[in-house]
Amino acid sequence: MVGFPILSLITFLPVLGMIAILFFPKEQVKPVKYLSLVITAIQVVLAIVLLSNYNYSAAGVYDEKSFQFIEKFRWINITGLSWLGNVKIDYFMGVDGLSTPMVLLTAIISFIATLSSWTINKSVKGYFALFLLLDAGMMGVFVALDFFLFYIFWELMLLPMYFLIGIWGGPRKEYAAIKFFIYTLLGSVFILLSMIGLYFSTTETLADGSKVYTFNMLAMMNPANSTQDGILSILNPNNLRFAAYIALFAGFAIKIPMFPFHTWLPDAHVEAPTPISVILAGVLLKMGTYGILRINYPMFPEITRQLMWWIALFGMINIIYGALVALAQKDFKKLIAYSSVSHMGYVLLGMASLSTSGINGAIFQMFNHGTITAMLFLIVGVIYDRAHTRGLNDFGGLAAQMPVYTGFVTVAFFAAIGLPGMSGFISEALVFVGSFGVELTRILAMVSTLGILLGAAYMLWTLQRIFFGPLNEKWSSLTDLDKREYAMLVPLALIIIFLGVYPSAMLDIMNTSVNSLVNFVSGNIDSLTISGL
Amino acid sequence: MANLYQSLELILPEIVLSLALVVLVTSDLILHKDKRLIPYIAGLGIAVTGAFVINQFNFSGFAFQTSSNTLRNYGMVAVDPFGVFFKLIVIASSILIVFFSYSSEEINKTIDRLGEYYALIFGMMLGMFFMITATDFILIYLSLELLSLSSYVLSGFTKLRDRNSEAALKYLLYGAVSSGLMLFGISLIYGLTGSTNLYVINSLLQVNSFNGFTFSFAVILVFAGIGYKISSAPFHFWTPDVYEGAPITITAFLSVASKAAGFALLIRFIKTTFVSFVDVNGAWALIEIFDWKTILVAISILTMTLGNFSALWQDNLKRMLAYSSIAHAGYLLLGIVVFSNQGLIAMLVYFVIYLLMNLGAFLVVMLVANKIGSEEIDDYNGLGYTSPLLGISFAIFLISLTGLPPTAGFIGKLYLFIALVDAKMITVAVIALLNSVVSLYYYIRVLKHMYLIRATESTPAVVSSFGNKLLVLIIVIPVLVLGIYFSPLIDFAKRSITILGL
Repeated sequence: MVGFPILSLITFLPVLGMIAILFFPKEQVKPVKYLSLVITAIQVVLAIVLLSNYNYSAAGVYDEKSFQFIEKFRWINITGLSWLGNVKIDYFMGVDGLSTPMVLLTAIISFIATLSSWTINKSVKGYFALFLLLDAGMMGVFVALDFFLFYIFWELMLLPMYFLIGIWGGPRKEYAAIKFFIYTLLGSVFILLSMIGLYFSTTETLADGSKVYTFNMLAMMNPANSTQDGILSILNPNNLRFAAYIALFAGFAIKIPMFPFHTWLPDAHVEAPTPISVILAGVLLKMGTYGILRINYPMFPEITRQLMWWIALFGMINIIYGALVALAQKDFKKLIAYSSVSHMGYVLLGMASLSTSGINGAIFQMFNHGTITAMLFLIVGVIYDRAHTRGLNDFGGLAAQMPVYTGFVTVAFFAAIGLPGMSGFISEALVFVGSFGVELTRILAMVSTLGILLGAAYMLWTLQRIFFGPLNEKWSSLTDLDKREYAMLVPLALIIIFLGVYPSAMLDIMNTSVNSLVNFVSGNIDSLTISGL
Repeated sequence: MANLYQSLELILPEIVLSLALVVLVTSDLILHKDKRLIPYIAGLGIAVTGAFVINQFNFSGFAFQTSSNTLRNYGMVAVDPFGVFFKLIVIASSILIVFFSYSSEEINKTIDRLGEYYALIFGMMLGMFFMITATDFILIYLSLELLSLSSYVLSGFTKLRDRNSEAALKYLLYGAVSSGLMLFGISLIYGLTGSTNLYVINSLLQVNSFNGFTFSFAVILVFAGIGYKISSAPFHFWTPDVYEGAPITITAFLSVASKAAGFALLIRFIKTTFVSFVDVNGAWALIEIFDWKTILVAISILTMTLGNFSALWQDNLKRMLAYSSIAHAGYLLLGIVVFSNQGLIAMLVYFVIYLLMNLGAFLVVMLVANKIGSEEIDDYNGLGYTSPLLGISFAIFLISLTGLPPTAGFIGKLYLFIALVDAKMITVAVIALLNSVVSLYYYIRVLKHMYLIRATESTPAVVSSFGNKLLVLIIVIPVLVLGIYFSPLIDFAKRSITILGL
């Protein structure tokens, strides 16, 4: 434990930065950039402080006592003799093994993306203000434990994202931005409705013994808190829990993005500026799978068990479909975008197995995909900044021209393929171990391994088309990486290799929580030991 | 006499308003050279009326009782917290409209007729006040006509453009038809029950049985009159044309205050006439003679869907906001269709928020129109860069109208959906939510023009005076603050749900 509200600080620091930036004069471009860099750097430091004070044996998940760095107080409290209109909302934050990797990831990716934003020259002030707001929204989603608070953060990042794509994006930016916005809003209205349904199905007992409805996520997970006649109450035989599960799942699946809700992603990625693609692939997509693990799984364990096979099926479709479409791409960025669809499929597949190794693999894959894809998008950005084209067939032989760059590309590509020694290998292996181990998903897992083959195919083919063969004379003036680009790529490469060699560094963070989650969702509550802090 | 004296005390706000109207007309005659003082007199009049209204809070009573018989001792006017709430809505929007008018170029071009303008606004306010409190069909009809007649004139007031007169004429024609229908409905109800007092009709409905078909027919006719005021489908056809043609200050006033009066009347009409009792959970038990629930659910869904889908194609912002206000009438009706105190609270909360965000949006459109004389969406290109404060504020108002956090509009929608889910009306809630996704498209389209498309060289920059900027801030800050901390608003709404009952 630390002596200050670290989660509030890490979440709202960017908001303070945003307000400060708004008071800067318009011409002051450098201070704005440095301020953003400092703020995201402090976030990284805070994340490290958080990690160094982290209790590895505390489970969290559904047990409030074993959550860490908790901050909880009443935010909205409307009381009165008649219960009408009464609402109690907590400002409730805390982390466990599911959210800590995501907090780390958000801090790292935000910092790297700020570095990558250095080349932004248009309306710099507005850009960084929106960027920091987006940062706050993402961080908030991962630390919020009150559904209302979670939803506020969830929606908070929509608008900055819309503008970041829409103003600073490529030629079809307007289309891509509105598509992203409409898709995500469509998903989140269903989340909203399910949230209200859950609110009316969960009561919390106050100190004076009275029962009130609550938005507390952890209270929603405990069947003992169910009301008798709430529409999503497990005690109500006419409940709509299945519909609510699908609604929530669809809302989150749009973010992942899961087939068939994935069509916004390639557009958004291709049009977004490089740093925003990095954020999008690095952090935003994880919010979908995180939401499913945090909300769908523990709040609806019986339906989760029922739908395991279907989740795995969609995971498999994502893997194969994403890889096949990636094979057909001629645009470097679009290829990476579709490889994202494919890689997020592994997360779904791992989650669906409902086994410790599968879910460990899924969360680890979320982190790894965050770092690897961020690196891939940065790589695309590097070449696009220089050549102003992303056509895979426009290049050739760059290995000789840009040897260091080619080195980083190779690291990132091999990590994406899942080569041993890189972090992607461990998480994908765990996912497959998990899903092979469960009879139900075994066949789907076997088919999914085809994705690895396809992944190697499109990655290696890309490597060959851009970097090997004779040098296209057109590009003989391209320069190798500069210092800023080193600063972006080196940390990511180090993380990827470090976690490939020593995965326990990350797995230990999540292991206790994942065990607890698996037991909880599988219904083995008896075997649980609730760990204290 | 004691009775009359008491009654007059209860309608003090209305009396003060009438006096202010007289002062306004008189001073218009005296100040026939220089009209600059008129807005101040109007503002003062509204402020004093507001003080009297606030004074009535937490007070209930009947004025103008029709008989001394204790059993039927209901008045023509009911003073209760619910009425005070809507009167305050009217007061708040009127004050803002005075400020709007003060800086509106359109109104300032006709400065020599400023006295008439404000006098007519006061006429509208008086009509609204009585509409909010009336519990007798005679008074309901009279107040509705007082409001309508003043607004017909105001919607064509400036006569600067052809569409001005078109608006007034359309408004008049539609209004005449719907008030005729309403009058017919009232006469049928009178014929059936022998009374025009809502409370008497209620007690008769509870014990006697009436011809259900005739009665329902009559109620639908009465609803036509009210539905026209709140611009709910299928009585909404006048709205886009009138809103587009009328001076923008009047458009804003119609979209908020006039709608508030209409909703207050609708709720009071339903509650006092058709509700037999309110149970412990706050649900209203309806008398079975008329199926309000089905009718209102259908109208609500139809209204919001028509409003939202029609707004998608609009290039004129006034017209777009007109359709958006139709859609919002649909959302507001959702607060009524659950027939419970919970729903009423949600509706009241939504109305306060609607007042802020809608007037805010109209204010920005007006300030832009002041400078560039156009409301076309293409003229908003790059506004976010040439005029940052207006751009950001407009964006916040539109986001709030969409209902996204962290703005007040989200809280309004949240309470509506809470009421719907609590009443287990999930399908309706899903339709309403999908509607708000549709609405995102046309609201965000304005943002697209303001930020994503750069201004051409020829567009003049919109620079507003300090006063106008302050006015924008006064509206935009509550929209943001209420999105994050809304306890006081809910408390206020909770205390305002008391409707004087039997």
